[in-house]
Amino acid sequence: MHAEPTAILKTLSDPTRRAIFERLSRDGEMTVHALTDPSGVSQPAISKHLGALKLVGLVRGRRDGRETYYSAEPKALAPLIDWINFYSTFWNSRFDRLEDLLKRMDQ
Amino acid sequence: MMQAADTKTVIVEREMPHSLEKIWRALTQGPLIEEWLMKNDFKPVVGHRFNLRGDWGAVDAEVLLVEPNKALSYTWDAMGLKSVVTWTLTATSTGTNLRMEQSGFRQDQQQAYEGAKYGWQKFFAALERVAGGLS
Repeated sequence: MHAEPTAILKTLSDPTRRAIFERLSRDGEMTVHALTDPSGVSQPAISKHLGALKLVGLVRGRRDGRETYYSAEPKALAPLIDWINFYSTFWNSRFDRLEDLLKRMDQ
Repeated sequence: MMQAADTKTVIVEREMPHSLEKIWRALTQGPLIEEWLMKNDFKPVVGHRFNLRGDWGAVDAEVLLVEPNKALSYTWDAMGLKSVVTWTLTATSTGTNLRMEQSGFRQDQQQAYEGAKYGWQKFFAALERVAGGLS
């Protein structure tokens, strides 16, 4: 299952989220604590960002005892990498919005 | 979706129960474009350079063709993709046939981003440029 391309881009438009995803992509699996230490961002904030990343499938969590280990899912970027699919979805949704607008406009 | 020799094209085409003039306004007036597409500084003037900004990304564009109530074309550059978007309006018995064709998806551009899976630096640099401008 892939999230909408625009949902993925929207999620990654936050610089902290982008940094978290980039770090997990480079350094592999990590706990919230390990992610929190050098960033200067609070743990609840990091957890919230991880939740947003998980929602669009960019990050996966694996529970082991009391710790959850997070890892990046590069495959979730596929809708961004495939421009044809990206723009087919994009333009179809924009046509829907255009039709809504035309209904509201005066002749 | 069509496939030419070395570029691909995305085509979306719909029959709409609205006049050519009304659809033309929605395609060419900034505040109206914002309602269905993205924030913009579009002007229907050939050679005019403009930006489209959504909550997901930004597009650099330049107007290539303006034929009122008939055809509109502009470049569409975003995240390493260079393409051209062309709108064609045709009157029908019940309204207008609106066709959007986005062309210029070159095979090597597809591959550049396939390669991005293994080149994080490059991918994130591109992402930074697009998504970073929004925050």
